[in-house]
Amino acid sequence: MRRILRWLIPAAALPVLVLLAYGFRTDPRAIPSPLLGKPAAAFTLATFEGARVSLEAVRGQIAVVNFWASWCDPACYDEAPALERAWRRYRDAGVAFIGVNIQDKEEPARKFLARFNHTFPNAPDRDGRVMVDYGVYGVPETFFIDRAGRVRAKRVGTVTDEILQQEIERLLAESKP
Amino acid sequence: MIPELGYAATVVALLLAVWGSAAAGVAARGGSAAVLASAERAAVGMWLLLSCCIGLLVYAFLTFDFSVRYVAFNTNRGTPFYYRITALWGALEGSIVLWAWMLGLYTLVAVGRYRRRHREFYPWVLCVLLAIAAFFLLVMSFPAPPFQRLSPVPPDGRGLNPLLEDSGMITHPVALYLGFTGFTVPFAFAMAALATGRTGDEWIVITRRWTITAWYFLSLGLLIGGWWSYHVLGWGGYWAWDPVENAAFMPWLTGTALLHSVMVQERRRMLRVWNLALIILTFSLTLFGTFLTRSGIIGSVHAFSQGSIGVFFLAFLALVLVVSLGLLAARMDRLRSAGEVDSLVSRESAFLLNNVFLVAAAFTVFFGTVFPLLSEAVTGAKVSVGAPFFNLVNLPLFLGLIFLMGIGPLIAWRRASAANLRRNFLVPVAIGVAAAAAVRALGIGQLLVVLCLGLVAFVSAAIALDFVRAARARRRAGAGWLASTAGLLRRQNRRYGGLVVHLGILVIALGVAGSQTWSVQTETTLSRGQSVQLAGYQVRFDGLSAAEESNHFRVTGAFSVSDRRAPLGVLAPAKKFYPQEQTPIAYVDYRLGLIEDLYVVLGDFARDGSSATIKVQVNRMVSWLWIGGLILTLGTVLSLLPDRRSPV
Amino acid sequence: MRAPAALIAMMAVVALAAVPAACRQVSEDEVHAVAVLLRCVVCQNLSVADSPSETARQMRELVRERLVAGDSREQVLAFFVERYGTWVLLAPPARGFSLLLWVLPFAALALGLVTAVAVARRWARASRVARAPVPEVSDAMRARIRAELERPEAP
Repeated sequence: MRRILRWLIPAAALPVLVLLAYGFRTDPRAIPSPLLGKPAAAFTLATFEGARVSLEAVRGQIAVVNFWASWCDPACYDEAPALERAWRRYRDAGVAFIGVNIQDKEEPARKFLARFNHTFPNAPDRDGRVMVDYGVYGVPETFFIDRAGRVRAKRVGTVTDEILQQEIERLLAESKP
Repeated sequence: MIPELGYAATVVALLLAVWGSAAAGVAARGGSAAVLASAERAAVGMWLLLSCCIGLLVYAFLTFDFSVRYVAFNTNRGTPFYYRITALWGALEGSIVLWAWMLGLYTLVAVGRYRRRHREFYPWVLCVLLAIAAFFLLVMSFPAPPFQRLSPVPPDGRGLNPLLEDSGMITHPVALYLGFTGFTVPFAFAMAALATGRTGDEWIVITRRWTITAWYFLSLGLLIGGWWSYHVLGWGGYWAWDPVENAAFMPWLTGTALLHSVMVQERRRMLRVWNLALIILTFSLTLFGTFLTRSGIIGSVHAFSQGSIGVFFLAFLALVLVVSLGLLAARMDRLRSAGEVDSLVSRESAFLLNNVFLVAAAFTVFFGTVFPLLSEAVTGAKVSVGAPFFNLVNLPLFLGLIFLMGIGPLIAWRRASAANLRRNFLVPVAIGVAAAAAVRALGIGQLLVVLCLGLVAFVSAAIALDFVRAARARRRAGAGWLASTAGLLRRQNRRYGGLVVHLGILVIALGVAGSQTWSVQTETTLSRGQSVQLAGYQVRFDGLSAAEESNHFRVTGAFSVSDRRAPLGVLAPAKKFYPQEQTPIAYVDYRLGLIEDLYVVLGDFARDGSSATIKVQVNRMVSWLWIGGLILTLGTVLSLLPDRRSPV
Repeated sequence: MRAPAALIAMMAVVALAAVPAACRQVSEDEVHAVAVLLRCVVCQNLSVADSPSETARQMRELVRERLVAGDSREQVLAFFVERYGTWVLLAPPARGFSLLLWVLPFAALALGLVTAVAVARRWARASRVARAPVPEVSDAMRARIRAELERPEAP
């Protein structure tokens, strides 16, 4: 019996190695959001132009809320044109786009907007409350909110035309409440 | 040119290492001196080629040769001269080169020292060392080649990570790697002992100095890392239980356990299986550490990874663990202990307890580090394991270890009689209790702090008592106090070196306890001329200035500092804006003191310089960590001195 | 601390209205005690209390605000967990699978201590067994031996 027991020593290493190997499949920075299916947090912000934008005001439409920062290169830069394109394509179908600028300074943020000529409202989140309310831990992050005001999807990282189309059309296909 | 030359050198070095390892293995079994000599020549050749690789890289750095991808990604034309050299180990590929080079160097030292003596072990040691070097050269050849060509050649490089432009960066990796690689030699000897069946106590005796040296460099690397974190990262702390800090701490813990339990094996011929398991564990943990930093499986400040390199390291770690532990299991019957004790209360038991605490601490750190992974694997949910867990669980273990530091050196081997205990411990225990009472009377309420200070007093008294008694005994022979103490330290340098190291650890423990308990901080926004008060200091915001440096743009704040008595000067924390970095790097400024440091971090500021947000900290007793490190160094040097004891 | 005028006005209204018990003085220590348990979401492994980043500062503000509004420590932590998940806590609560995290290290320590005691006893027992019957020793010899054994051990 003792002869077998001693081989427990090298065998003990195996579960640890398997666990470490499993680690290759995970991404330590991909945090699942607990907000899915829950009502999206309300917010009211002042845009860079001085207008007011609020989530309440677009209730009844699909809302796409995108968090970005001017220093988020290249991810935010890559997705900005796609966002503008999707906005233009779906605005008449009842989809609202709101951009929230976080952890940024005013001048570089304005430069970013000028570069991409966003026509949908963009507002800075000066005190970080909206960021925390949406569980944002990096940029860019994009939330898809349905007509009833619930968060239905969250995308971390650059969103492409395909992703936007997929998420928006899925929500558009649902019947109006 | 350089990329091709360097790559060729790497591949040839790899082939030499593989050849040398195989030849040494053959020589070990067959005993042919000629084959062994061939392996030795291969080792020399390998190291020379690795030195060439380093030379080529440094040359490329110094001449701004951006055709080498590694150079282009880690420096730019603005990087200062000395950082261009130390950028060698600033990123993944270069760190592997440094590791391999150190390994090669240690191999040559082993060749020089052991080819005449210890001929039974030597071929196996060479075989193992070269095999490990071959692995690192393999990594240098395929997943992480430092000599990749970048084409087209960019006009300027990306630049060094600004956090690395610091003196800590110059020394921390070197010390740490000297520590990590240092454990390879005792490991190789352990493998040799198992392979040859000479599982007695020789390998322990031979590798004593290697183990101490490796342990010391690891300690130094950890302390410098703490210093670097403290004065560069801008959060006022020196240890965050970040996974990569943990990865260096674990082998330190098991290495400390090993240092102590080898004393038991050396003197009493016990704990043989345990010591072999411990060196295997320590070496594996050094590999685990590098795996963690480079695989990207756990997020960390240090992570500088990606690619298939993680798979290579995991595969090698698996190979090392399975082979070495398998060998241990196979040879287990040869490893009967030879000694006995007469009582449960003895130095042997104290060492056993010491090992239990240290290994339990290592297990705790390991488990906490991999738990997020385990939790995700089992439940799918992501959790974080950070300071609150590690501090809570490790604290009783560390307090227990401090207690043992007082007991171990004074308790008798084999059997501690009541009289022995009384004689050696009555005074220190009394002093410890008195100190705890005094601390309590001074108004310090936290139980753990009182306990910690009482224990430190107990251990200090025990050490002091030991010194005084032994020096007094020598004095009776006629020498003066100074000569007695000096003679004592020299004659019994291992014992007193160890005691001095314990003293250093005590000072560090005091520094940790003090800084955790009594540091204060505040955060505020000041307009020009306004000041903030903290712990008797007054910090006044005088203004901002901006400057263009060689590779960054810097905004510096000027803050006049004064205490109750007099003005203390101006602190200039800054924010550095590097073009290649997305967010600015905060550069703190501080006034260091024996009892407390004043620490100011510049946060947000108005563009016109009219206001600035700062975080002010008064960190207490942090300097004691660095002082403890110095004492540790002295103790280590002392214990490494050649034995001068008269034969008993 | 800058506070926009609107916020000040709002606070004045609230203060003038009912609920004086909800607003309370909160010390820096209390904020710090909660902040050390929260993970700074944009950093690597630093707590909200320690991190110098802007996000951490904003989170500290939020903690302070909620404590002032009368939330207990647990409620503030729950606030963040609702939005980020358990990940935002720097140590998972001792529930469910995470209980293992808190229990196993202590269990390992206990196992280690038990093993150490067992090993020490085996050593001691081996010694007792190995000791053969010794010839009678005179008292004087016995005293000398005792004195030798009790001298401070030269290593």
